[in-house]
Parts: sequence; C-alpha cells; structure tokens
Amino acid sequence: MKILVCITHVPDTTSKITFTNDNTELDKGGLQFVIGPYDDYALARAVEIKEQLGGTVTALNVGQQETEPTIRKALAIGADDAIRIDAEPTDAYFVAQQIAEVAKAENYDLIMMGRESSDYNGGQVHGMVGEMLGIPSLSPVMKLDIDKGVAKMAREIEGGKEYLEASLPLVLGCQEPIAEWKIPNMRGIMGARKKPLKVITPTNNDTLTTPESYELPAPRTDVKLIDADNTAELVSLLKNEAKVI
Amino acid sequence: MHTETLSNREEIIAEITQSVTDFGEKHIRPYMMDWDETQTFPREIFTQMGELGLMGMLVPEQYGGSGFGYKEYVAAIVAVSKIDSSIGLSMAAHNSLCTNHILQFASEEQKKRWLPKLATGEWIGAWGLTEPNTGSDAGNMRTTAVLDGDEWVLNGAKNFITHGISGNIAVVVARTGEPNESGNASAFVVERGTMGFTGGKKENKLGMRASETAEMIFDNCRIPKENMLGNVGDGFRQALAILDGGRISISALSLGIAEGAYEAALQYAKERQQFGQPIANFQGISFKLADMATEIDAAKLLTERASDLKDAGKKVGKESAMAKYYSSEVAVRVSNEAVQIFGGYGYVKDFPVEKFYRDSKLCTIGEGTSEIQKVVISRAILKG
Ligand SMILES: Cc1cc2nc3c(=O)[nH]c(=O)nc-3n(C[C@H](O)[C@H](O)[C@H](O)COP(=O)(O)OP(=O)(O)OC[C@H]3O[C@@H](n4cnc5c(N)ncnc54)[C@H](O)[C@@H]3O)c2cc1C
Ligand SMILES: Cc1cc2nc3c(=O)[nH]c(=O)nc-3n(C[C@H](O)[C@H](O)[C@H](O)COP(=O)(O)OP(=O)(O)OC[C@H]3O[C@@H](n4cnc5c(N)ncnc54)[C@H](O)[C@@H]3O)c2cc1C
Repeated sequence: MKILVCITHVPDTTSKITFTNDNTELDKGGLQFVIGPYDDYALARAVEIKEQLGGTVTALNVGQQETEPTIRKALAIGADDAIRIDAEPTDAYFVAQQIAEVAKAENYDLIMMGRESSDYNGGQVHGMVGEMLGIPSLSPVMKLDIDKGVAKMAREIEGGKEYLEASLPLVLGCQEPIAEWKIPNMRGIMGARKKPLKVITPTNNDTLTTPESYELPAPRTDVKLIDADNTAELVSLLKNEAKVI
Repeated sequence: MHTETLSNREEIIAEITQSVTDFGEKHIRPYMMDWDETQTFPREIFTQMGELGLMGMLVPEQYGGSGFGYKEYVAAIVAVSKIDSSIGLSMAAHNSLCTNHILQFASEEQKKRWLPKLATGEWIGAWGLTEPNTGSDAGNMRTTAVLDGDEWVLNGAKNFITHGISGNIAVVVARTGEPNESGNASAFVVERGTMGFTGGKKENKLGMRASETAEMIFDNCRIPKENMLGNVGDGFRQALAILDGGRISISALSLGIAEGAYEAALQYAKERQQFGQPIANFQGISFKLADMATEIDAAKLLTERASDLKDAGKKVGKESAMAKYYSSEVAVRVSNEAVQIFGGYGYVKDFPVEKFYRDSKLCTIGEGTSEIQKVVISRAILKG
C-alpha cells in the first residue's frame, strides 16, 4: 500500500487571528503552527493502515521552508518520508496542481487529505486532485478500511450513515472519527530527523483566485439576561432589537 | 546522547514539550483531581508514558531508552509537572534516581538485565536511601547488608520511598561497614517478589498525593551477590552523585509547578473583574505577576546552566544544588501568590492553583532540603 498524505501548515486552532497589509494578508507574527486538524486524522489512519497492511506513507506539503517543523512532526508520527513543494500555497488550484504533478509520477494507491484546511477551509483540493488525475475523490470520509484493493468507507449523513465502497486508487478528504490523533513518541521525534525530506520546486504558478480582503467576524456583544417570567420583554426584544421575529 | 546543532536541539525540545503536553491534556488532566482526592497511584499511566519514551529519557537507545540529555529530560518533566506535579515527581524518581543509578554504576550485564524493562515503563523503579531516623544525615543509616556465602542479607527499613510498594525493582543503599565510618555503605538492586522484601505503610500526604510514598521493609531479605552495584563501600558516594543529577529533576519539577501556577494566575488576573476592571490593573496584583515572572526566569536559567554542565559531563554539584534550592523556593512562593491572586477561588478545588500550592512544598524537602542544599553550596564556595 503506497499512501500519500497531504498536510497543511496552519495556525493552532486557539490562535488569535489578525491581518496586515490593508487586510489582504494573514499576520503570521506570534502564531504557532500545527498540522491541520483534519490532515492529522488522515495521517493517523494512513499510519495505521501501513502498520496493518505494510507499505509506505509519504507526507506532502506545499509550503515554504517555515513549514518544515510541521512536516517533521508528520515524520515523527509515522510517515516514512516527506516531500515539500517549495512555494507559497496561494490557492487551492495551485496546490492541487502541485500535488497532482507528484502523484502522476508516483502512482499512489491512496491520496489522503483532510476534509478541509483549517485556515481557509476551502474543501476543494481533494476534488481538484481527483479530477486532475482522473480518479475518484470522496469527502468527508469518517471510516476507512482497505480490503483486497477495495476501500470500504462510511460517513454520517443527515439522519443516518452512508456506507461506500470504491476501488483504488482514490483521493480521500478525511475527518474524525477515522482515527485518533497520534502523539509522536520520543523515538519518533529523534527518528524524524533521519528520514528523507525532499524539497522540489513547483511545476507552474497558475492560480485562479486572489483574495480582495479579509474581515474578522463581529465581536461578540454582551448577553442580556431576562427574567424567566418576563416573556413579554423577551418577545419585545426579539422583535424590536434582534429583529428575528 | 545525540549531538545536534543548537537550533535543531531547540526544535526537538519544543517537540518533546508539545508531545508531553498533548499526552498530559488527554490522559492526565481529566483524571488528576480524582487521583489526588483518593490518593490513587495510577500505575497504568506510567506504562503509557513508557510507550511514549518518557520512562527512559536518559537511557541510551541500545538499552531501550530515548537517549536524550538533561535538557530534553528537563523539558519533559516541566511539561508533565505543569499539568500534574505528582506524576512529574514519580517520573523524576523513576528516571533520575532508580534508572539513572543503574545506568551510571551497574556493570554491562546488570544494565542489560534491568534497563530495558525500566526504560520502557514495563517496570517502575524505586530508590531507597532515606530512613526514619536518618534523612538528611543519610550516612548514618541503620539498614544493613551482610554477606553470607553467595548472598547479601538485608535487614532494616527505608521510609518516604517513592514507589516503595508499587516499584518492581528498587535500588537500595545499605550499610556494609560500621556506623559513621566513611565508605560504610553499598548499593544493591532488589527485585519485587524477593523473599523478605515488602512494602510497608503508605504515607497520607499534603500534596503529591498521586505519587506513591511508602516504606520498604527488609527482613532477612536475601539477594544474589551479583545484585550489588559497583563495589563494597561505594554506596554513599554513588548516592550523592545520583542526587547531584536528581536535583536537576527537582528543579524541573519546581519549574513546572511555578509555570503552571503562574500561567493560571496571569490568565485569571486578566479575566477577573473587581471594582469595574480586571484585577491585573491593580498594581498590587501586577507587581506580584512581575515578581513571579522574574523569579521563574531566574530559576529557568539556573536549571538550564546545571543541565548544560551535566550534558557536557562537567561537575555539577554546586550548580545543581543552587538550581534546586532556588527553583523549589520559587515554586512555593509562586504557587502561594497564585492562590492569593485567585482569592477565594484559589482555595477551592475547582481551580488548579490550590493543588500546585500543596504539591510545591515537597520540592524544598525531597532529594535534600533547602537547608541541605545550602550546606552543599556553602561547602563548595568556602572550599574554593
Ligand atoms: C501563507 C499562506 C498564504 C496564502 N495565501 C493565499 C492567497 O494569497 N490566496 C488564497 O486564495 N489562498 C491563500 N492561502 C490559502 C491556501 O492557498 C489554502 O489553504 C490552500 O490553497 C488550500 O486551499 P483550501 O483552503 O481550499 O484547502 P482545502 O481544499 O480545504 O484543503 C483540503 C486538504 O487539501 C490538502 N492541502 C491543502 N493545502 C495544502 C498544502 N498547502 N499542502 C499540502 N496539502 C494541502 C490538505 O490535506 C487539506 O486538508 C494561503 C495560505 C497560506 C498558509
Ligand atoms: C514525597 C516524598 C518523596 C520522597 N521520595 C524519596 C525517595 O524516593 N527515596 C528516598 O531515599 N527518599 C525520599 N524522600 C525522603 C526525603 O529525601 C527526605 O524527607 C529528606 O531528605 C529530608 O529528610 P528528613 O525528612 O528525615 O528530614 P530531617 O533530616 O530530619 O530534617 C528536618 C529539618 O532539619 C533540617 N536539617 C537537617 N540537617 C541539617 C543541617 N545539617 N543543617 C541545617 N538544617 C538541617 C532540615 O533541612 C529540615 O528542615 C521523599 C520524601 C517525600 C516527602
């Protein structure tokens, strides 16, 4: 089983987000970066499948040198080697092209990604990569088992569960509870430094989107407490102030 | 120890901290107040910590350990202790007392026999020096070992021993010469299950309640001759060398407590409103925070210096005593002030600082009291 796991390098989910450059860029100052939470689930399941069926797990990131500590964490968790495509990941199309280019040469059985990145939350890269390679892509995948070249998957849908099967190769967008996050052990942390991390240059620089500007959500306003018996005031506030009824 | 470029080493240390923190948040924090309340020693957590590589931090990879130096080890102890210092204390006693004694002074054959089990957390270790009547004055101990044919026969009792009941193996220092004679003690390894070796009373403690502290009793306990570490008469000298390094552990434990208490207090001071503003706006509170932050930094620097010297294989007696003395007093002061900043909420168990306050006091006592650290430091500076 030859598995590629695509990981993002994203701000820790508890980060306070601010923007610079006239609100057209994320301010990275003081932010701590981690493996995208959904990508972390994909990686954990990939490592489990490898342990079960044998094979290799390669971690891939499109990003500049600053992402290497994040990539090494993926190696510490259990990826065998890693590829960094040395470019600022400017949009989903650009990222997808880079991943597809690597995948064309390597014939992976499985390309596992997160359901969506946790920074820009596009949820697009897996679909694009699938199209570019001419293979199926599925997302979100919450359970995955491989049985004789067939992927057996499940996900929760409105009011129930959906079970799916597809033959390999496949591109998957994963999310919990596909696996539990793995915590790198001490040996993994040391070993990560001895595993190969290949840096390659991007093939082309096509992008399809440019951000115009970013905006933070409105700050939370104060809570108004109304006496449980005072329904009249509640109705009046909902009608006149919140204007929801 | 692995040699790494500095930046690489710093990165590894950050990763160790992250791993240990993630582990602690998931497997320790949800249960720690229960363990504290009921004085439960959670044996299974150390098996999991063994899988993570935390039970053989200083043990070379060839014996199943992680092969790190003191700096990495300190980072791990700090991260555990910031969450639960009881678990930090047990981890420290296992790694730097029992396991490290075997690593430093055992023969190759002995190392191969015991280290892999300890380093992986399959076995948990105890280290027995203290006795009811001889704590600081450990040279005057009453537990004796007498050679009888191919066996040593141990008699006596050790008290206040971390993992005295649950330890699968204990390094025990016993007297093989006359009282008060120099070179009168030797070190032995006793495995659990050996006839005549039993755990005694478990102490009911102010803090560190999830870390087991108990008596170890030797009643005509016979151990094979080859369980001696080093030579006859080396025991006390070995124990003092182990304590030199052990003090770095207690510095780290103290740092974890101080940082944990400080960070909780800092956040609380920014959130808690009185007189229409955050209490951090009051100079009486903000100056406390300034003192805490400054003292923690100083303690960190002393601990780092001691770890660096130790990793470089240099003498560390005075510097580790300074680090231990200062950091432990800082842990007590900072956790005390943290309770104060929390006010009434600091006194109740729904907030983390009362536990740090209770746990911190061990640090100025265990592995040599603050007074004994000052004896070590003053001897060193008066000699030179
Ligand atoms: C520093 C920085 C600058 C950026 N600048 C821009 C910009 O100027 N304009 C803009 O539109 N967007 C920008 N982005 C957003 C970034 O391009 C997107 O996060 C990325 O293109 C993926 O798009 P997405 O959110 O649709 O990902 P999704 O489709 O939500 O991602 C799904 C999965 O695809 C994989 N994946 C996504 N991105 C990567 C990657 N880089 N490497 C490896 N695997 C990946 C992961 O497995 C992920 O879980 C920037 C991001 C960063 C970190
Ligand atoms: C939770 C816990 C875990 C422990 N774990 C272990 C363990 O795993 N293994 C082990 O061997 N021991 C362990 N100990 C024992 C610990 O190391 C001793 O308690 C410590 O060394 C002090 O000895 P003591 O309690 O007998 O105090 P004493 O020596 O009786 O000291 C009483 C007071 O007198 C002071 N004093 C003594 N001598 C002098 C002097 N010369 N000058 C000035 N003041 C002096 C001391 O500083 C102290 O204030 C543990 C203790 C605790 C509480």
